[in-house]
Amino acid sequence: MLINNGLVYLIALPLAGAAILLLAGRRSDKWGHILATLLSASSFAVGLLQLSQMLGRPTEQRAVEQKLFEWISVGSFQVDAGLLLDQLSICFVLLITGVGTLIHIYSISYMSHDHDRRRFFAYLNLFIAAMLLLVLGNSFLNLYVGWEGVGLASYLLIGFWNQKPAYATASKKAFIMNRVGDMGLSFAIMIAFASLGTVSFAGIKEAAPHASTASLTAIGIMLLVAATGKSAQFPLQAWLGDAMAGPTPVSALIHAATMVTAGVYLITRSNFIFDAAPTAQLLVVIVGAITLLFGAIIGTAKDDIKKALAASTMSQIGYMILGAGLGPVGYAFAIMHLLTHGFFKAGMFLGAGSVMHGMDDEVNMRKYGNLRKFMPITFVTFGLGYLAILGVPPFAGFYSKDMIIETAFNAGGIKGILLGSAALLGAGITAFYMTRVMILTFTGAPRWDEKAHPHESPILMWLPMAILAIGSVTSGFLLSRGDALVNWLAPLFAEHGEHEELLKPIVVTSLALLMVAIGVAIAFMKYSRSEVSNTAPEDVSFLTKIVRRDLLQDDFNEAIFMRPGQALTSTLVKTDELVIDGAVRGVGSVALGSAGALRGTQTGFVRSYAALILIGAVALIAAIWVVTQ
Amino acid sequence: MNAANYLYVSALLFTIGAVGVVVRRNAIVVFMCVELMLNAANLAFVTFARINGSIDGQIMAFFTMVVAACEVVVGLAIIVTIYRSRRSASVDDASLLKR
Amino acid sequence: MNISLTLLMALPLIGAAVLAALPKSNALLAKQVALASTILVALATIAIAVGFERDNTNLQYVESHQWIPSFGINYAVGLDGISLVLILMTTLLAPIVVLAGWNESQSGRWSTKTFYILILILEMMAVGVFAATDVFLFYVFFEAMLVPVYFLIGGYGTGERSAAAVKFLLYSLFGGLLMLASIIGLYVLSGAQGGHTFDTQALSHLQMSSTTQNLLFLGFFIAFAIKAPLWPFHTWLPDAADSATSGTSVLLLGVLDKVGTFGMIRYCLTLFPDATKTFTPTIIVLSVISIIYGAFLAIGQKDIKRLIAFTSISHFGFITMGIFAMTTQGHSGATLYMFNHGFSTAALFLVAGWMISRRGSSTIADFGGLQRVTPVMAWSFFFAGMSSLALPGLSSFVSEFLVLVGTYTRYPVAAVIATFGIVLAALYILIPVQRALHGPTTPGNENLSDLTLREKVAIAPVIAVILFLGFYPSPLLKVINPAATHVISQLGFSDPAPTQLGGK
Repeated sequence: MLINNGLVYLIALPLAGAAILLLAGRRSDKWGHILATLLSASSFAVGLLQLSQMLGRPTEQRAVEQKLFEWISVGSFQVDAGLLLDQLSICFVLLITGVGTLIHIYSISYMSHDHDRRRFFAYLNLFIAAMLLLVLGNSFLNLYVGWEGVGLASYLLIGFWNQKPAYATASKKAFIMNRVGDMGLSFAIMIAFASLGTVSFAGIKEAAPHASTASLTAIGIMLLVAATGKSAQFPLQAWLGDAMAGPTPVSALIHAATMVTAGVYLITRSNFIFDAAPTAQLLVVIVGAITLLFGAIIGTAKDDIKKALAASTMSQIGYMILGAGLGPVGYAFAIMHLLTHGFFKAGMFLGAGSVMHGMDDEVNMRKYGNLRKFMPITFVTFGLGYLAILGVPPFAGFYSKDMIIETAFNAGGIKGILLGSAALLGAGITAFYMTRVMILTFTGAPRWDEKAHPHESPILMWLPMAILAIGSVTSGFLLSRGDALVNWLAPLFAEHGEHEELLKPIVVTSLALLMVAIGVAIAFMKYSRSEVSNTAPEDVSFLTKIVRRDLLQDDFNEAIFMRPGQALTSTLVKTDELVIDGAVRGVGSVALGSAGALRGTQTGFVRSYAALILIGAVALIAAIWVVTQ
Repeated sequence: MNAANYLYVSALLFTIGAVGVVVRRNAIVVFMCVELMLNAANLAFVTFARINGSIDGQIMAFFTMVVAACEVVVGLAIIVTIYRSRRSASVDDASLLKR
Repeated sequence: MNISLTLLMALPLIGAAVLAALPKSNALLAKQVALASTILVALATIAIAVGFERDNTNLQYVESHQWIPSFGINYAVGLDGISLVLILMTTLLAPIVVLAGWNESQSGRWSTKTFYILILILEMMAVGVFAATDVFLFYVFFEAMLVPVYFLIGGYGTGERSAAAVKFLLYSLFGGLLMLASIIGLYVLSGAQGGHTFDTQALSHLQMSSTTQNLLFLGFFIAFAIKAPLWPFHTWLPDAADSATSGTSVLLLGVLDKVGTFGMIRYCLTLFPDATKTFTPTIIVLSVISIIYGAFLAIGQKDIKRLIAFTSISHFGFITMGIFAMTTQGHSGATLYMFNHGFSTAALFLVAGWMISRRGSSTIADFGGLQRVTPVMAWSFFFAGMSSLALPGLSSFVSEFLVLVGTYTRYPVAAVIATFGIVLAALYILIPVQRALHGPTTPGNENLSDLTLREKVAIAPVIAVILFLGFYPSPLLKVINPAATHVISQLGFSDPAPTQLGGK
């Protein structure tokens, strides 16, 4: 493979930014945000340079590597700190640095009133560096560093306003649930090393054909656990909604466009494992299908605009995971949806941020209404993102989501029908809740608080939104024109034969559009035709209440893990004091007690000592006599 | 005369001395009882020397006498000192070693 | 430059002698002399490390003099990769402890100079215990180390310091006596097989019945398990750490406890290979219990010092597991873990100590919102916490992962259970982080002052070492690997081959 010593700059630039801003402290308050933005942009420039070089090389020479240094080397466990840039990682590099830079620009204005803006930019740069390491690492262990690094950055950014206890709790929850997923990644690496003797992508790819299905399945399932944690997939999805405690640009960058899609990257990157482990692959599609419905259903009952978008993110990543689980035929579509989603969801989150900016940080959509009059640019950019996520042709989501639904139907047999139907249903529900968001926010009568004075955001904020909106419109078309992305990624994945088509593409497309139309229509009937109350109605069905409680995800986790865990902890603390330390102290007390008892014989009376001597002597003589007899 | 009889006398004297040490309170009497026990031992030593026809026992008896003499010197001095300071020769009063 | 181990041990003693000659009234001078001595020792150690031949598995810097010839006792010292790394850790931590605990001796029963004399003596004995190659000499250092620590806890600690010091001393003495019995056993056996000796190398070739070997092994192992401490011999540690000053805690958990795990490698494994194999499953189970149990107990603590003590119990579980996994990854990982744990715990204890001395309380609930009041201190604590939960990119990750991988190849179930410890680690770090650093600034915390320059200078090298070794552990691994491989191969073990690639 070709060597390219420039790869390290991709990571080093933003990392240097984070280090400078964190170490310089308040001294860099004045210029920190500009430096961070420039470094992120230069990383993007390096990415573009790499892309242009890559395009200039023939297909088989496109991937480049850079060995930085020997990281861990013990016995046969040899891991170098090495970077790998191939057709898959370049997509991510450009998405991360591109969207990342836009969000840096947006944040300059969005966070301008915050006392700690410099720290925010330091975290953002740290995140970009970690995320780039995640997608550039050439082995699972290098990926792991980035994997936990983005977890750390996410923790810091969710808890950016951690002086509010709820936000601090949200960040902690995110980190811990992510750690559960990370544990899966640890397991996967351990199994890979124990069974295949290597942890590098290239090494495992080479060894995988020799390995038994059982061990590959085990690795695959553990990678899936990792993916569910980072990508907020069922059953480790509960942290994403709370993660909206972070500033909105963070939600756009980390919890919509990049970090949460790392699970999709992981599965796609490990395609050689999943292709050889059908059981693991089946679990992947099941997780994807469940989450896409789960997220969509939660989205229908959210009044908090960011949480509605978060639920939508969860659901959309469900689509990607579903796509990635469909095997070689689906990987490229998963990545395509990931890229288009990166544009439209980041755009919508920034739109939500713009709305909040104009509405004094109000997030309750029931207190919005008619904002299109006051925020025309936000309305248009958000609207374009909305059309994209719905999958209306020719917007971006249409190309990517439609392909996943189609591929799901073609998975064959009852599995295909179930997955395809789930994906279709999800599209319908998506249309419903996204239309609900649009209606509640931008149309209808104003329901604001007295003091609100909505206004359009400054150019530094709407420009990134506009650029992302352009992406939401065009990216799907560009990526799928002549199967551009599919062909681009094809060398990485196994060949796949032609699948039997269950339904003709045109039928699937029509069905999907029909579902979307139904969803939109229901939303219009429910929210546009009648007055919307500015408080959530209480007299709702039991089902609605459950959905409002996020389908009881937190109640479940608390009942099954948290409370028994707390009970176990307090029991153990008591046991430690009473039983284990009790035993130790018991030995001490026995010694003290027997000493005390014996001390009673020391009366201080000479005559009692004499008597004791006498008794002792008699007893001794008697004993000798008995023994010698 | 049977040598064993001397041993019986020795044992008797020793027992009287031992009982005296345990039951009497007056330090002087206790002291005399200790002397009695030492002399009982001396008698036994001498008797054994006679029985075995060796002089080892007699030598030991001299040793004991020397020890007893030293003991009398030190012991009486202590008793007199205690009596001076406490106006009492009762051994039970001098239980300061406790605690 | 030619520095011998004896000179290395003499340096702190000379420092202690100088301190003893100083007047009691001049505390500042005592501190400066102590700092200078520890820095000098650290430099001398670095010089030794530079001269160390990495790939030579024989003992280096060997010195041997007759001490008590009639019993075959020698003053014999020498270094292999493992002991070098531990001595390096000890002598690097010492100046940091002196600098960080600049004012710790004020609340003590005795003078400042006595405090530093005790620390210097402890440092000398720690070097001795890691360098000794004569079992008797090891034993002498092993037991003598208790004395300065006893006075450091009992004389300069807080709270129930006397009780904690006595508990620590008696518990450790109990283990030491078991070990003494085993040492005498070895001595008697060696007399029957070609001459009385206490030399570790010679003793490792003794022939003994399996019962004898098991009993002698247990004598050593229990002593080390108490010192390490391994569940269920751990209860002295939280009390001791609770009462000791933070500098003493660093030496106690960072250095003294390593003697336990070091002893397992140097004595349990090499002297009793067969017994080691017999007891390995039991010890692995105890280690796994330690990992999980220590983590749960840490989660349940309300006092920050006790919390850190319990995290260490969890970490020592990892170290012991790595040692007895009998793979090169596990073994190297465990040794690296000892080094990294020293620094990571030092960071935690020192910053916690500063927090406690400023706030006047060690209860976690008394803190709140420190990130806004004292950002540098809060960041240092957070960083130390991240190191404790083994965040990738920090040094403890490398060692923890090596231990897990190394254990997995031979004992997958144990490794899997132990891995749950990393989730618990996130809990026991993030809960105090949230309570103490995040949230609104609670009453009593508004006016706390941030770290002083002296404190920043003390914590900066710790943070630098943790970061550097996280990304580039090779310098240490290259020293450790040959020694670890040597130990494993001496025991007749080799790494399990990848299960799926047999013969392909």
